[in-house]
Amino acid sequence: MATTSPVEVEPDLTPDEITLTAKPWVTIVWNDPVNLMSYVTYVFRTYFGYDKKKAEKLMLEVHHDGRSMVSSGSREEMERDVQAMHEYGLWATLEKQ
Amino acid sequence: MSGFTRHRRSGRVIATFSGFEADLLRSLASQLVELLRNEAAVPHEHADPLEAMLSFDGPTTEPDDPVLARLFPSAYAEDEEAASEFRRFTEGALRDGKAVGAATIIDTLEEAGLPPQLGEQRLVIDVELDQETALVWLKSFTDLRLALATRLEVEQDDDAYWASLPDDDPRAQAHDIYDWIGLLQETLVDALG
Repeated sequence: MATTSPVEVEPDLTPDEITLTAKPWVTIVWNDPVNLMSYVTYVFRTYFGYDKKKAEKLMLEVHHDGRSMVSSGSREEMERDVQAMHEYGLWATLEKQ
Repeated sequence: MSGFTRHRRSGRVIATFSGFEADLLRSLASQLVELLRNEAAVPHEHADPLEAMLSFDGPTTEPDDPVLARLFPSAYAEDEEAASEFRRFTEGALRDGKAVGAATIIDTLEEAGLPPQLGEQRLVIDVELDQETALVWLKSFTDLRLALATRLEVEQDDDAYWASLPDDDPRAQAHDIYDWIGLLQETLVDALG
């Protein structure tokens, strides 16, 4: 006899990430040995309009994990974001989720 | 070297350089402009010169020079075709933007009194940047640091290696300049808030 197990919502996902997974393309910023932590945070605040806390969290992800997903959306939107990151001298790529 | 601060009343970002420092920045910025302009951002496969002149396509392959390859990285890590397409439509504009940025540093320094040739006299160059120009400088400092770091093959957490080089080693001197621009950039980020 089967019992129905409760539906599992992935417990590790934060609300932000759940929103992200609904969008097909993502922009990834990769760690490099050159860019200053303060500068990377500044770019995330200035270009994406993220508050200081979120910008710092993403910057630390880049620093410690080697990469961070910094935005999501349509392919065209992500190509724009990647181009902007290259303007700022950050190493960015886009990929499908 | 105190770097950049924000002038409270005008809101502008200000810094004072010695003639030597200003001349050094100008020299690095000029080299970057030259590098960006030199390897032209046009594809070479056009056989017909007229067709080549009328084509506004950008390049489709990664630049050979490692500095340019770092300044214009592939946008798609695992899709060469998409990366080529992206490059074709973006690299020209990115190159122009970075060249204009470096040229802005040169223009600002010269408008602030840096003569074409640095003479014997002691010079003090005061620069004053509005928000927009400060952002251009900030981005261009990044390009300069990326260029120097690529040439020097700077790696993560390698400070001990650079500190171990003798003072008269040209690579150590170039690394000092790289660090100096890093300090300038740090103060500029602070000043922009």
